[in-house]
Amino acid sequence: MTSKALEASTAAAHTGTPPHPLAEFWSDFTANAGAVAGLFVIVALILSALFADLIAPHSPVLTNNQVFLKPPFWQEGGSLNFPLGTDAIGRDILSRLIHGARLSLLIGIAVVTLSVAAGTILGLVAGFFRGVTDITIMRLMDITLTLPSLLLAIVIVAILGPGLMNAMLAVAIVLLPHYVRIVRAAVITEVSKDYVTAAKVAGAGPLRLMFKEVLPNCVAPLIVQATLGISTAILDAAALGFLGLGAQPPLPEWGTMLADAREFVLRAWWVVTLPGIAIFVTVLAFNLLGDGLRDALDPKLKR
Amino acid sequence: MLRFILTRVSLVVPTFIGITLLVFVLIRLIPGDPIETMAGERGIDPVRHEQMRKEYGFDQPVLVQYGYYLARLVRGDLGRSIVTHEPVISEFTTLFPATVELGVCAMLFALCFGLPAGIVAAVRRNSIFDHGVMGVALTGYSMPIFWWGLLLILLFSVQLGLTPVSGRIAVQYFIEPVTGFLLIDTIIAGDWGAFRSALSHLILPMIVLGTVPLAVIARMTRSAMLEVLGEDYIRTARAKGLPTFRVIAIHALRNALIPVVTVIGLQVGVLFTGAILTETIFSWPGVGKWLIEGINRRDYPVLQGGTLMIGAIVMIVNLLVDVAYGLINPRIRHTR
Repeated sequence: MTSKALEASTAAAHTGTPPHPLAEFWSDFTANAGAVAGLFVIVALILSALFADLIAPHSPVLTNNQVFLKPPFWQEGGSLNFPLGTDAIGRDILSRLIHGARLSLLIGIAVVTLSVAAGTILGLVAGFFRGVTDITIMRLMDITLTLPSLLLAIVIVAILGPGLMNAMLAVAIVLLPHYVRIVRAAVITEVSKDYVTAAKVAGAGPLRLMFKEVLPNCVAPLIVQATLGISTAILDAAALGFLGLGAQPPLPEWGTMLADAREFVLRAWWVVTLPGIAIFVTVLAFNLLGDGLRDALDPKLKR
Repeated sequence: MLRFILTRVSLVVPTFIGITLLVFVLIRLIPGDPIETMAGERGIDPVRHEQMRKEYGFDQPVLVQYGYYLARLVRGDLGRSIVTHEPVISEFTTLFPATVELGVCAMLFALCFGLPAGIVAAVRRNSIFDHGVMGVALTGYSMPIFWWGLLLILLFSVQLGLTPVSGRIAVQYFIEPVTGFLLIDTIIAGDWGAFRSALSHLILPMIVLGTVPLAVIARMTRSAMLEVLGEDYIRTARAKGLPTFRVIAIHALRNALIPVVTVIGLQVGVLFTGAILTETIFSWPGVGKWLIEGINRRDYPVLQGGTLMIGAIVMIVNLLVDVAYGLINPRIRHTR
C-alpha cells in the first residue's frame, strides 16, 4: 500500500522542486491525524491477520459444548479463557474475530485488485479508441451503475450461487464502473496534452502510449479510489454474508457471524455487538486513510 | 429545452434495454433446467415437463424467447411467483408503498439533520462543531447499517423497551389501505392509536435507512457551502451591510443547494440498497424483504421482476432529477 502510494506521489509531483516529493507527501499525509490513525489500525489489522494462528487463543471453527454463549470476561459468568465470550455453539469470539480480519482484508484487497485491473484496462481502451468501443463500454457501465449496488450483487450471486468467491466477484463487478470512469476521464484529458503528442511523433505504439505515458498520470486518483473501494468491498461483502449470500458458516467472516448472531440479540449482546465493531472499525480506518491520501495526493485540493 | 429533454431520454433507452437483457439472461444463466427449478424438490413428470417447456417458450430460439419476454413486459406481465403463484407485478405494487413510506421518511430525516449540520459546519469552518459534524458524518458513512439496526434494536427495544422490534404496525389494528402509506391511512381512518403504533414502528428503520444519506448530505452541503461562501458576490453582499443570516440563508444557500439536490436524487439507488438490509432486519413488509425472501426460496420470477422494476424506478428518478436540474439551472441546459 505505502510503496504504491509513494510511487504515485512521485508521479503526481514530477516538478522535482525541493522538498523531495516523497517527503512532501509524507508531511502532508501525517498532518492529517485521522489518516494516521486509520493507517495504524490497518497495520494492526494486517499484523493480526498475518499472525492469526499465533495470536488467537482458540481455533476459530472448533466448537466446545461446555461454553455456550459465555459472556466477555468483565461480565459475570465470563472468564479470561474466552476474553470476548463465546457464541451459540461454544466458539471463542476473539479467535473468530482475529481470523475474520484475515478474510476481510483478503476480500478487500482481492476485490479491489481485480476491479482496478479490469477497470483500468476497460477505461484505457474506452478513452483511447473512443467511438463504438467507448459507447459500448460506457453503456454497460451505466447499466451496472443504475441498479442499486447490493441488488446487482444479489443478482450476480443468484446466477453464480452463494459463497465467498462468488460474492467477491459480484462486489468486484459492482465496483468496476467507478474505476472505468476515473481512468477514461483521465485518459481523455491526458491524450490531448503535448507530451502524448510528442511520444506519438517519436513513434510510440498504442500500448506504450497507454501504459507508459498516460497511465502513470492517472495513478493518483486511482489510488485514492482504490483505498475507498477497499472499505466499500468489505462492507458489501459483509452485507452479502449477513444476508446469507456471501461467506458460508463455519467461515469466521464478520458479516456471516452477525447473521448467525441475529437470533440471540435478545439474550447475548456480545455476539451481535463485537463482529459489527470489527467491520465498522475496519471500514472507518480505510475511509480515513482514503481521505488522507486524497488530501495529500491531489494537488488541486492543496491550499 | 425540448431538445435537452429528448437527449436525456434517448440516453436512458439503451440502459433500460440493457437492464431487460440482463434480467432476461438472469434466469437462463442459473445452473439447471428452469422448469425443474420451478417444480422444486417435488420433481415433475416428463410429459408435464415437455408441456411446460412449450408453455414458457423454452423450446424456441433464445432471441424469439427474448421477443416474447419483451412483448409480455409491454403488457405489464412480469410472470408469476413460483411460491405464491400471484402475478409478480401485483405483489410488487402491494409491497412498494411500504418501501416508499420508509424511504421518504428516511430521506426527510436525513435532510432535517444533514442540511442544517452541513450549513453550520461550513459557516463555522474548523470549529469544534465543524470537526464534530464531519466526524459523525464519516462514522455514519462507514457504518454497516445491518449492524446499526441490530444495535438500535438492542438499545431501544430490548434494553429500554421504547420501540417495537419488527413489523409495520401492531397486530390489533387493521387499517383499510387507501394510499398504502400507513401514516396517511391511519389519519384518514381517524385512528390515533393506530397512527402512534405505525409511527413507533417506523422510527428505528427510518433512522437506520437515513444514516448513510444523512452523512452524504452533510458532507456535500458543507463542501458546496464552502465553495459558494468564497465567491465574490457573497463578499459584495456582506460589504453592502446585509445581515449575516440573510447572506447565508438567501444568497449562499440558494446556489449551494444545486449540487446537493443532485446528490439527493442520486441517493435513490443507495436507499434501495439500504432498504434491502433495513427491511430484512426489521421485518418491514416492503420490496427489499420480498426480494431477499424470493432469492432464499429460489423464486426467480420474483427476483427477475423485482430487479427490473427497481432498475426502472431508479432510472426514471435519475432522469427526472437530471431534467429538473436542467430546468432550474440554464448553465447545465446549454452545455453539451
